Amino acid sequence: MNDMTQTNLERSLKIVGTRPARPDGVDKVTGRALFGADKSLPNMLVGRVLRSPYAHARILSIDVSKAEALQGVKAVVTSEDFEDFPSEFVPAGEMVVNMKDITRNVMAREKVLYVGHTVAAVAATDESIAAKALALIEVNYEVLPHVLEVEEAEKPDAPLLHDDMMTIGVEPTPTLASNVAKRVEFGFGDVEKGFSEADLIIEKEFTTQQVHQGYIEPHACLASVSEDGQAELWCTTQGPFIVRNFCSKLLGFNAAQIRVTASEIGGGFGGKTVVYLEPLALALSRKSCRPVKMEMTRSEVFTSSGPTSGAKIWVKIGVKNDGQITAGDCILKYQAGAFQGAPVGPGAMCAFAPYEMKNVRAVGYDIVVNRPKVAAYRAPGGPISEYGVESVIDEIAIKLDIDPVDIRLKNAAKEGTIAPYGPKLGPIGMIETLEAAKKHPHYSAPLGPRQARGVASGFWFNIGGETSSSITINEDGTVGLTLGTPDIGGSRASMAMMASEELGIPMEKIKPVIGDTNSLGFNFLTGGSRATFSTGTTVVKSTREAIEELKKRAALLWEVTLEQVEWIDGHARLISGNEPKTMSLSQIAKQAGKTGGPIMANCSMNVTGAGPSLGTHIVDVEVDEETGRVSIVRYTAIQDAGKAIHPAYVEGQLQGGAVQGIGWALNEEYIYNDKGELENTGFLDYRIPVCSDVPMIDTVIVEVPNPNHPYGVRGVGETPIIPPLAAISNAVSRATNKRFTELPLSPPKVLAKLMHG
Amino acid sequence: MDYVAPKTAHEASKALTKEGAFALAGGTDLLVKLKTQFLSPSLVVDIKQIPKIMSIEESADGWWIGAATPCAEIVEHKSLSQDWPGVVEALSLIGSTQIQGRATLGGNLCNASPAADSVPALIAASGTCIISGQTGEREEPIEKIVMSPGVNALEKGEFVLGFKLPKPTNSSGDAYLRLIPRSEMDIAVVGAGTSLSVDEDKKITSIRVSLGAIAPTQVLLNGLEDIFIGKVPDEDSIKQLVSIAEAACKPIKDKRGTVEYRTKIAGVLAKRTFTLAFERATTH
Amino acid sequence: MSKIHVSTQINGDTHEFLCETQQTLLDVLRHELDLKGSKEGCATGDCGACSVMMGGRLVCACLVLGVETDGKEIETIEGLSSGSSLDPLQQKFIDLAALQCGICTPGILVAAKALLAKNKNPTEEEVRFWLAGNLCRCTGYDKIVRAVLEVAAEARTA
Repeated sequence: MNDMTQTNLERSLKIVGTRPARPDGVDKVTGRALFGADKSLPNMLVGRVLRSPYAHARILSIDVSKAEALQGVKAVVTSEDFEDFPSEFVPAGEMVVNMKDITRNVMAREKVLYVGHTVAAVAATDESIAAKALALIEVNYEVLPHVLEVEEAEKPDAPLLHDDMMTIGVEPTPTLASNVAKRVEFGFGDVEKGFSEADLIIEKEFTTQQVHQGYIEPHACLASVSEDGQAELWCTTQGPFIVRNFCSKLLGFNAAQIRVTASEIGGGFGGKTVVYLEPLALALSRKSCRPVKMEMTRSEVFTSSGPTSGAKIWVKIGVKNDGQITAGDCILKYQAGAFQGAPVGPGAMCAFAPYEMKNVRAVGYDIVVNRPKVAAYRAPGGPISEYGVESVIDEIAIKLDIDPVDIRLKNAAKEGTIAPYGPKLGPIGMIETLEAAKKHPHYSAPLGPRQARGVASGFWFNIGGETSSSITINEDGTVGLTLGTPDIGGSRASMAMMASEELGIPMEKIKPVIGDTNSLGFNFLTGGSRATFSTGTTVVKSTREAIEELKKRAALLWEVTLEQVEWIDGHARLISGNEPKTMSLSQIAKQAGKTGGPIMANCSMNVTGAGPSLGTHIVDVEVDEETGRVSIVRYTAIQDAGKAIHPAYVEGQLQGGAVQGIGWALNEEYIYNDKGELENTGFLDYRIPVCSDVPMIDTVIVEVPNPNHPYGVRGVGETPIIPPLAAISNAVSRATNKRFTELPLSPPKVLAKLMHG
Repeated sequence: MDYVAPKTAHEASKALTKEGAFALAGGTDLLVKLKTQFLSPSLVVDIKQIPKIMSIEESADGWWIGAATPCAEIVEHKSLSQDWPGVVEALSLIGSTQIQGRATLGGNLCNASPAADSVPALIAASGTCIISGQTGEREEPIEKIVMSPGVNALEKGEFVLGFKLPKPTNSSGDAYLRLIPRSEMDIAVVGAGTSLSVDEDKKITSIRVSLGAIAPTQVLLNGLEDIFIGKVPDEDSIKQLVSIAEAACKPIKDKRGTVEYRTKIAGVLAKRTFTLAFERATTH
Repeated sequence: MSKIHVSTQINGDTHEFLCETQQTLLDVLRHELDLKGSKEGCATGDCGACSVMMGGRLVCACLVLGVETDGKEIETIEGLSSGSSLDPLQQKFIDLAALQCGICTPGILVAAKALLAKNKNPTEEEVRFWLAGNLCRCTGYDKIVRAVLEVAAEARTA
């Protein structure tokens, strides 16, 4: 609870809920906005990375002397230039990482653990010299057998990635090392008893493949370290404070030495919440004392950043004949990639969370394999586990001949439900989104030949977190906002709108900027669907504080007490007295110097009380049974936003997440050869949806306000990627009368199942 | 890396005899290979300034399409599109709108990918290409050019100057279809081009079917004459076409498709392009 | 390694530069001419973020060599607006929230402008297939397509 007064939810709003132009819109449509690769500095060097050609190998020696001697090369770094750490878990977005692993992922130490793993980096005066330098670095490898799949990695004779990693979360504590980093379990009740009470039990195994966030802007940064150890870093990131945190630890800086400025960010979706190039660029710059610019190629983005887990999951659900769930059980085995930290915890927590469960259990295993270390991807872990559960519920609906929305309504979680992961839920919109789905014309529209309809729901917790923002009143009564969460999807507009609503001045008078790490207290990153919720909360709080100060100044000028002044529509107003007296914000601001000095306020807090967002999607597909091709014919995404500050950007989240889910369901997957090399390292063969692959994505925003935000906001960014996987799989299953349990539903897979069952 | 833009075919041939010289037309394959360091040419020979290499001309005995004409331009040519809808459809599928602004038939052929979209349609249409070299010009049927994946039949110093298509008869039709997982942007998993002609009674008088991406080179199907010539096609003859198509496949399993999948789709697309070509031939 | 001297028209202005044979037009725009509006998403012609017009044709700048542009006319995103007037497409994208992170936006605007120059009344399907070479990961394409169709409709009734 954030101790906020909730007056806003009742009063009629002037700007919140409308669709004004975003403040950074002109810069983005003209190409003026600067992204990670768009900045340069004088005397700049180019940095490039040497990457492992092997999926698993010991590094016996590295000799960089020839590279260092090449004319034009100004610095070369290896693991010797980075700190080592003992095991230490730290939060990173909605994931948890271990500093011992992070330092090794940024720069390999004893071993390389995936093709593309960083082995060394160089900075040179131009691209071609840097490329030549890489070729001159001599690395001696001892190649080891590798493993790519969780069920292979679990076997006792599997190649071992970390010989000091014992599974956490099993009793008794193992003495032998394993590729299983940990076991987690959530749930309550007695699932065996629940199953014994069921009239129908369905259990199925599912397989999903590794997929990438697919942001169009590759990682890029520009680091400049001066001779006295002061560092400036420009980078594309979801969290400049997180970057400062990681980089200072990895390189032995203190936080005050590094100032991080976030560029505009060309997509992140969780993939830009950790560091890859930034520590390398800083290390190279520190060695050469010149600015170093680094960009990943598209191929490096796929091989060497952080996709999300592929997985094997098993789901079992028992129901009564009327569709009431009596028990739900699942086992999730997620790929962590080279180092532990698959999002299997969140996956286990939310698998059954859309439903009110009496007996529920979710067990998850975090399993390392020789693939890149996974990073967060939009509701990390959720799409996978909920894909399994939503598919089994669909199967149950078919077997019991119950409408798929009705069966979900029957079991829907609501306010007061104990979530499978423990807490009692506040108000949530599961029932509202289901009812909206039922009423929607899409749900009753006729279907054409070879077409079928699929439905699925999705739950995501959303987070709050450490947030800091400030507001300044300029001398002429205009306003500056400094925000700490990079704007990935238009959030700047929402912040300015909330400040505008509070102050009662037009949005055009408010300039929101994203501050660097020196201008604010610590901000957790943009992710976890937290920006509009958390930064919005601090914006509102600091704006209210500024209003209090403005009232004080008016009271001073009027020579009355503060209690006699109220704030209405951008003006201080004297409550008592015969003639109404008002003073505009600009009038007060002009006299700020006389009344006490500049007026500004900030709010720094740990924002709590994020509200989960529930969604339900409806999709119509058409299946060409001769070729296995699946087309998306119609799509509707319905989700609870709590309160849509700027509805167009909420719609945008629903549409963007839905289309990422379409890609995950139909065509996206990492394809490896048997040497452990990724074969599809570009957008040609890593197939994200193109414009002609999808129809219009209709949206419905439901609003069940979150009482813990002044305007009722719930984060919306992540939930939309959860329902599409099962909704599409359910539709294809219904179109073909076969239950599909493997993603992606690429044409060869679909045709093979149609031909062979 | 040097760059020259010769103004005559002879100069171009001479330049291409140099060690490490590569021809540049639309660049949509060459520049990708440069970027991925698959190739490191010492000399790029830009052939776009050679006369006739970017022109489209109609004459009594057929069509001339300059080998460096961007596909987008060919697609805009109304009468060529009417005469050879299948060929034009095929080349219009090469890549995105941006790729179409640059990609060429010469590049699509000489890049020698078994999955090239224009090639099965050109083969079905009995297309030929004019190859210019040190000793002059020679004409070859399209099906002779792709030797194996990435390897074409051109000698050092040779480049393709243009493509020739016969004049179609009134009662002929052609079609090209490909299978890709998305709706655009993908390399063909299977491609099929069919060209046929009929008499007044709708009996087939000529037929050529070519498949792409199902073998190391494009395949021109054999044995179709015995099944189709002199007869009106029926369910049975089409079933035989499907079998011949499937039997002609020697595909690989790769990141785009499995052996079983490609084989099955080859039959499906042979059937579908045949149906489309027949419809076009019989509705003039 | 000797560089080649190139003279080209970009957004109506003459630019001269030196470049190496292997530098693409995208490299030249971003590094020699300081025009950063065209973005590099893949450098292999798969994403369209570097879309520009060359001789009136929509192309990927990453698939054109800098040296090929000698004597040619290039139009980039920087040339879409005129002084302080935005092109109707640019304004509509802002009005309809047809962008989120904005990285694909320059390429999409150049591509959309090329479409409307060629086809004043495109169907939704025609818009989608025309833009298939411009990848967007944020918006799901919906608002982009609506914006293009609306601009086309407004231009027809103007």
